[in-house]
Amino acid sequence: MNKSEDLLENARTGNRRSLSKLLTLVEEGHNSPVQHGSGSSLGITGPPGVGKSSLIGKMIDVWVERGESVAVLAVDPSSPRSGGALLGDRMRMVNADSSDLVFIRSLATRNHPGGLMDCLTPMVDILSECGWKNIIIETVGAGQSEIRVVAFADRILLVDGPDRGDIIQAEKAGIMELADLIVINKSDLPEAERAAKAVKSALSVGEDDTTPDVLMVSAHSGQGVEDLVNQLETVITSTDRERLRVRERLISAWDSTLLNSTKLDTTLQALEKGSITLQEAVDKIREEG
Amino acid sequence: MRIVVAKPGLDGHDRGAKVIARALRDGGHEVIYTGLRRTPDEIVRIVIDEDAGALGLSSLSGAHSVLIPRVCEGLRESEMNNVIVFAGGIIPEHDRQSLYDVGVRAIFGPGTTSTEILEFLTTIEKRSESEEPVGVGEEAGWHW
Repeated sequence: MNKSEDLLENARTGNRRSLSKLLTLVEEGHNSPVQHGSGSSLGITGPPGVGKSSLIGKMIDVWVERGESVAVLAVDPSSPRSGGALLGDRMRMVNADSSDLVFIRSLATRNHPGGLMDCLTPMVDILSECGWKNIIIETVGAGQSEIRVVAFADRILLVDGPDRGDIIQAEKAGIMELADLIVINKSDLPEAERAAKAVKSALSVGEDDTTPDVLMVSAHSGQGVEDLVNQLETVITSTDRERLRVRERLISAWDSTLLNSTKLDTTLQALEKGSITLQEAVDKIREEG
Repeated sequence: MRIVVAKPGLDGHDRGAKVIARALRDGGHEVIYTGLRRTPDEIVRIVIDEDAGALGLSSLSGAHSVLIPRVCEGLRESEMNNVIVFAGGIIPEHDRQSLYDVGVRAIFGPGTTSTEILEFLTTIEKRSESEEPVGVGEEAGWHW
């Protein structure tokens, strides 16, 4: 038995240290010992500062109260300059570190070619295999690469706040099309109602049976959080959204293949000199496969 | 390196911890900041879940001689023996030796430059590579 199988065996019995070491191995690119995983995850995304982590903290409280376990993979960007990262999501999930039902792992994007995607799916499968019931992937929904991360989740919750209308902006990036459920956080603030209406009207343009619901919650007071958790259990992903997510996953796998190609450097040099066209470059890299 | 920066106990001053967290990030490390008022048990749990290689504890409240040894003990009990523990804040000279004795490898006071902390971490990495003791559960004796 190799090291990762040993770790998995211990992790299955509830050993957190083994689970944690196993996730590190997978993050570093080792193969996962879980074959044919069936882990199901909830992606939570939204603009910076809308209270995603605080809301997750409150959702954790609801699940723990019901005796359900929760594992969170909180993704934050690495600095492109230093390669370092400041991961502060868990400081907002204040009650989480005293319950055995909660596991939180902060992940930096590490500027991997193709992003974090190669390790997120195996991580979710490992957590599921070890008995974690609710598995959450949290990312800042600020750009295309973050949307690709969240597209790896099976269900997607989009969080926005009042006074910004940011997700209406973000619609350009397609995140609203991917979301199964939308919440407006900070419902205790006066502008929240208006933000919810604005989002609803933006959605109703193409309304049909699959248009996601818009809920209002307050991570500050906890109001609406229980309803949100209940609704997540029954939410159904439409085939349209599933198609869009699969598309994002395919594009990120494609990117990853391109960026990992052994011909990448020589192709870039040739492009720089102008000795080949972009189409020739693409053809050249595709030959490899 | 993955480094947890934690504030143990009831101390509510975290400017220093945040400055250190940023400096470590700019030095290329992945820093997990815990936020204020964490118990020693919570801090041990966070280090385990995050699979961190190092833990920085910031204390300005005077409770360092109680809280820091408890964290070190908790790490050893959880078999996290190779985690490197360092401390910062207001820790008087006469309290320091007893902290080194429980496995703390560096104590940084006011006026420390971020360069010095990064140098400490580089030294730690070199010592680890040559299998010299640096972890909280490894042979005490060497400190910065």
